[in-house]
Amino acid sequence: MSKPIYFDNHATTPVDPRVLEAMIPYFTENFGNAASRNHAYGWVAEDAVEKGRKQIASLIGANSKEIVFTSGATESNNLAIKGVAEMYAEKGNHIITAATEHKAVLDTCKHLEKKGCRITYLPLKGDGLVDLDMLRDAITDKTILISIMYANNEIGVIQPVKEIGKIAKERGVLFHSDAVQACGKIPVNVIEDGIDLLSITGHKLYGPKGVGALYVRRKNPRVQLTAQMDGGGHERGMRSGTLNVPGIVGLGAACEIAQREMPAESARLRALRDKLRATLEANLEETYINGTMEHRLPNNLNMSFAYVEGESLLMGINDIAVSSGSACTSATLEPSYVLKALGLGDDLAHTSIRFGLGRFNTEAEVDYVAQKMIDVVNKLRELSPLWEMFKDGVDLSKVQWTAH
Amino acid sequence: MAYSDKVVDHYNNPRNVGSMDKSRTDVGTGMVGAPECGDVMKLQIQVNSATGIIEDAKFKTFGCGSAIASSSLATEWLKGKSVDEALEIKNTDIVNELALPPVKIHCSVLAEDAIKAAINDYKTKQGAPVSAETVS
Ligand SMILES: Cc1ncc(COP(=O)(O)O)c(C=O)c1O
Repeated sequence: MSKPIYFDNHATTPVDPRVLEAMIPYFTENFGNAASRNHAYGWVAEDAVEKGRKQIASLIGANSKEIVFTSGATESNNLAIKGVAEMYAEKGNHIITAATEHKAVLDTCKHLEKKGCRITYLPLKGDGLVDLDMLRDAITDKTILISIMYANNEIGVIQPVKEIGKIAKERGVLFHSDAVQACGKIPVNVIEDGIDLLSITGHKLYGPKGVGALYVRRKNPRVQLTAQMDGGGHERGMRSGTLNVPGIVGLGAACEIAQREMPAESARLRALRDKLRATLEANLEETYINGTMEHRLPNNLNMSFAYVEGESLLMGINDIAVSSGSACTSATLEPSYVLKALGLGDDLAHTSIRFGLGRFNTEAEVDYVAQKMIDVVNKLRELSPLWEMFKDGVDLSKVQWTAH
Repeated sequence: MAYSDKVVDHYNNPRNVGSMDKSRTDVGTGMVGAPECGDVMKLQIQVNSATGIIEDAKFKTFGCGSAIASSSLATEWLKGKSVDEALEIKNTDIVNELALPPVKIHCSVLAEDAIKAAINDYKTKQGAPVSAETVS
C-alpha cells in the first residue's frame, strides 16, 4: 500500500498508464500542428485530434462535430455561459443556476451579473437536489440559459438532468451542464438527457490536466456561441488556439477506457464505497451522510463526524489524502458553501470529510482508511468538550456560546 | 498546511486532557468559542485557595490542531503559577511558542480567553470582586 492513500479523486485523478502511453508519441515524433494542412506532420496530428473527438463524443452520445476542445472545464464553463449570454443577448439576459455549482460556473455568473445579466441561484433541497418546481417557476421570457451540474464535486449528488432537459426544451431555454464529475463515472447521453452544452475535463477521468472539451449541440437546436478567445478561428471559430494534440489524445483515450470499463468499474467502486460507509457507521455513533445516497456517484461518500473538527481529523489521518468542508481547511475560513446550501449547520459542516474513490484504490486501502478514521475520531472525541456535553445529555443548541 | 513540530507534538500527545468537577469551589471553568465557528475550548483550573497557586489544569478542545495545541500548552503553563501570574499569559506568547501562522492566531486568542474565563469563574466562586480586566 503506497502512502499517503489517495481518496481525493474528485479533486483530480492520476493519469491511467494506458492513457499516458497513447499520448507520448504526440510529444515527440508526431509533434505536428493539427492546423497544418500541407504536410504529413499536420495530417497525423489532425487524425489524432479527430480520433480523440470521436472518443469523447461517443462517451456522451454526441456527434464528433459537436466537440470543441478547451484547456479544461473552467474554460468550458466560461465559454458556454459567457458565449451564450453574449450570443443570445437580444433574446434575453436571464440565467438560472444553482447554489451548489462549481466556482467556475458561479463566478462566471457573478461576472455576467456585473455586465447586466440577471442570475437566479436556485437553493437546493436538503438532499442536495434541485427543486424542479422552483426551476419551472424561475423561468421567465427573458431566460436564455439553465446551467445545472450533472453531479456535484463535494457530495456526489446527481441532479435530475433528464427532467431539467425536458423543462428547458419545453420553455425554449438552452441547458448547459457541468458534467466533469459524471462523465466516465455514470452514463451520460446528451440526446437522452436533453443537454445543449456540456463541460468535461481530462483530469477527473484519468486523463491529463489542462485539456477539456465543451459539447455544443448542432441540431434541435443549433447552439451558437460568441467566442471568448480571439485568434486563428480554430474549432469552428468557437475557440482559437493551436490544439493541445497530446492532451486531446489523452482525453480521448481516457474517455474510451472509461466508456468500456464503466459497468465493471462503477460496480466495484460502489461496493468499496458502501463498505467504507458501512464500516464507519457500524463503529462510530453520530455520523451523518451529507446529500442523498439514492442519487449519488458510486465513488463518493461525504460524511460528517459530529463533535470532531474536520481539520484536526485531517491532521490525524495524514497518511490519507481526503478533503474536508471545514472552514479551517479553506482560504476563506468559511465552511463549505455546498454543505451550507443543503441547510447543514456550520457545526456539522466543520466536521465533514469527502472521500472520493477511484480506479486505483483497493479494498485493503478501504479497510485501512476505515480503521484509521475510527481510531482518530474516537481519539478526538475523547478530547472534545462537545462530545462530553453530548454524552452528558446537554442540548448543544441551547447552550449560550461565546462566539468570537 | 504544514504544522510546526510543537503543534504536532501537542496534537499527538495532548497534555492534561480531562475534566474536573465544575461545581467545586476551588475549580474554575472557562468555556469559550462556538461549534459554528469550528472551535470550542474548555479549560479548567484547580487552585489551592490558601496559596493562590494553580495546582492542576485540564482542557478539552473541539477545533483544529492549532487550537488543540494552544489549549494543551496553556494547561502546561498554568500549572504551578499563581492566579495573578496566570493572568499575565498573553496570546502572543502562545503564538511564539507554537510558531502559529497568521491564520491560526485566533486559536491563541481563544486560549487566552479561556484562561481568563477560568480564572474569572474561580474568583467569582471565591466571592472576590471581579476586575473588569479579567472579564473576557
Ligand atoms: C464540477 C467541476 N467543475 C469544474 C471543474 C474545473 O475543471 P478544470 O480543473 O478542468 O478547470 C472542476 C474541478 O476542479 C469540478 O469539479
